[in-house]
Amino acid sequence: MPPARKVISRETGIEEKEYKWGFVIPVAADVAPKGLNEDIIRLISRKKEEPEWMLEWRLRAYRYWRSLGYVEPKWAKIHHPPIDFQDIVYYAAPLSRDGDRPKTLDDIDPELKRAFDKLGIPLEEQKRLAGVAVDAVLDSVSVATTFQKRLEELGIIFCPISEAIQKHPELVRKYLGSVVPYTDNFYAALNSAVFSDGTFVYVPPGVRCPMDLMTYFRINEAEAGQFERTLIIADRGSYVSYLEGCTAPIRKKHQLHAAVVELIALEDAEIKYSTLQNWYPGDKEGRGGVYNFVTKRGICLGKNSKISWTQVETGSAITWKYPSVILRGDNSVGEFYSVALVNNYQQADTGTKMVHMGKNTRSTIVAKGISAGHGQNTYRGLVKIMPTADGARNFTRCDSLLIGSKCAAHTVPYLEVRNPTARIEHEATTSKISDEQLFYLMSRGISEEEAQYMIVHGFCRGVFQELPFEFAMEVTQLLRVSLEGTVG
Amino acid sequence: MVRRETDMAENKREPVLVLRGLRAGIGGVEILRGVDLTVHLGEVHAIMGPNGSGKSTLVNVLAGKPDYEVYAGEVYYRGRDLLSMPPDERAREGVFLAFQYPVELPGVRLREFLRAALDAVREHRGLEKLAVRDFNRLVQEKLREMGMDAEFLKRNVNEGFSGGEKKRHEIMQLLLLDPTLALLDETDSGLDIDALKVVAQGINRFRGPDKAVVLVTHYQRILNYVQPDYVHVLIDGRIVASGGRELAQELEAKGYEWLRQAAEAGRRD
Repeated sequence: MPPARKVISRETGIEEKEYKWGFVIPVAADVAPKGLNEDIIRLISRKKEEPEWMLEWRLRAYRYWRSLGYVEPKWAKIHHPPIDFQDIVYYAAPLSRDGDRPKTLDDIDPELKRAFDKLGIPLEEQKRLAGVAVDAVLDSVSVATTFQKRLEELGIIFCPISEAIQKHPELVRKYLGSVVPYTDNFYAALNSAVFSDGTFVYVPPGVRCPMDLMTYFRINEAEAGQFERTLIIADRGSYVSYLEGCTAPIRKKHQLHAAVVELIALEDAEIKYSTLQNWYPGDKEGRGGVYNFVTKRGICLGKNSKISWTQVETGSAITWKYPSVILRGDNSVGEFYSVALVNNYQQADTGTKMVHMGKNTRSTIVAKGISAGHGQNTYRGLVKIMPTADGARNFTRCDSLLIGSKCAAHTVPYLEVRNPTARIEHEATTSKISDEQLFYLMSRGISEEEAQYMIVHGFCRGVFQELPFEFAMEVTQLLRVSLEGTVG
Repeated sequence: MVRRETDMAENKREPVLVLRGLRAGIGGVEILRGVDLTVHLGEVHAIMGPNGSGKSTLVNVLAGKPDYEVYAGEVYYRGRDLLSMPPDERAREGVFLAFQYPVELPGVRLREFLRAALDAVREHRGLEKLAVRDFNRLVQEKLREMGMDAEFLKRNVNEGFSGGEKKRHEIMQLLLLDPTLALLDETDSGLDIDALKVVAQGINRFRGPDKAVVLVTHYQRILNYVQPDYVHVLIDGRIVASGGRELAQELEAKGYEWLRQAAEAGRRD
């Protein structure tokens, strides 16, 4: 089954003005036929030159997924027409001139470099000021990874997961699926069968990663789904800050993005994971946009370890994700800071799970939901204290902000406490931007749009201050764009 | 003793604010029932009156508060139709309202707020944005003038401010943004004598030949520190008496009742 070879045209999107990341990158692509079956999985595995064990794992995941009978999870407060899983392209890769993955940064298609430049992600190392190492993933493959050499000198592995499967099979085999097994849920099973790329990070014992590591995910192909897989392992006493950004072109049809992220923190290790999710949200009437169905979970395996998730979710037609932490090591710490903004017809059902197993484990949840237009925003969170978790503590704060009268906010906190020594606090508020506040700002000469932005930004402050410096500027810009059209 | 509005027409200078027959209210209920007022540059006008007379409504309508409705009348600010401008444009054109009850803005840092406001008015005046260092210097100078600590810049706007701090903060903004027309809504209420003096000093610092002030107050106490050029008495949504400073002293001695009765008698005639 030879893959079709074609060149993508630079088609104009709808409302390119509002979503400035909505352009298509004109690169030649190697695209698999639509649909999913064992042959496609063999094809993906072959393209990636994977060892036999990897193919076997994929096939087991696929067979499990098939056994679920195309029935997606229905418990979230989201609505969409049934997804035709046979109408999706599961593998699409940009071709470099010689048809292979570029060997060095100099070999990358200049068109691709220009496109990532335009997205604010320069692939030339000398252009990056803040010293962030980047893994750029386009559709199904990683097209470039910067600063690999510098990181290698410290023993840090930062590479596409496809490369890690070949070069570091012992680490991948040990940890892949250890936090999110393929039986975890429908989309995790699908991802395990067809994932094509993503990022692998390993930080050796005692090493503090000297720069932020970043993966920039970009969907480009019209019919392609994106199924990336990220695996981050922080060995004993190490630290790493990882950033993830995502955008997609404007397409009239919905596109599926089903990622799996697994984090493993060993004794005294810390992982800080920050996301700016800005997939194409669809147009004002709710046409098009990405279905973002993601499973993210970390485990604090060792004593005194820490995992912190910070997410700013402004994109996607539908967001369904619950970055979670399993607190197994004693004294381990889990954090979740989230801003989810829905406008027009966007839907978000997002939150976290904090599972306390170790003694004196602590977790903090701060979730800020902003609903505008006809947006539907749900916070769904589980705090589970196991009998072994003596002295566990959780603090949860959920705030909802409503803009206009057609949107909605829902808060669904689940608490499961099986240890009487646990201490749990939950605070929740719902508010509207008040006319008093807008008038106060406007009476100082500030425009209504800017006034509204300032109030929303203030509402999100507790989360934004958790973001690394590199994201701070971008997030303010994102917020402005996402709020467009909410005034008046 | 009691002069009519027309006596002030002798003033030949360009008026900065002209109200003609202004009727306004809230939810269909008329509060201002035909207000005429002319303010020139260089003048301080005190609007006095008992509770519920429409004093706050007057300045809020002038600043463009969305809850209020205008039923009739005209308002000109520097020759332009003020009522057709949205509140932010009025502010950029040089109209400033010091609020009686400034609202809290959670998460909005005072520094960012002041920066955004100053940038907006400076841009409108064709001035360049201030460099960070110049902005810091300017803001700290204004804070100092109002006896406020630079630590305020890190706090959220009005959040956890005491009553006195809120009022000082309003006048601090007045000095920073340097508008043409200041509307002060009971800026003296709830202040102890020391705070009152600081606030009054701030207002006096703002005064000048190219500035105008409309000061709404219930008590004449602040007028001992901010000397008005004109005093108007607002009762039941109408200006029933206008005069000089001596009118305020007369009110202090006699209260508002005699004016109310005189006004009612006048209407019956």
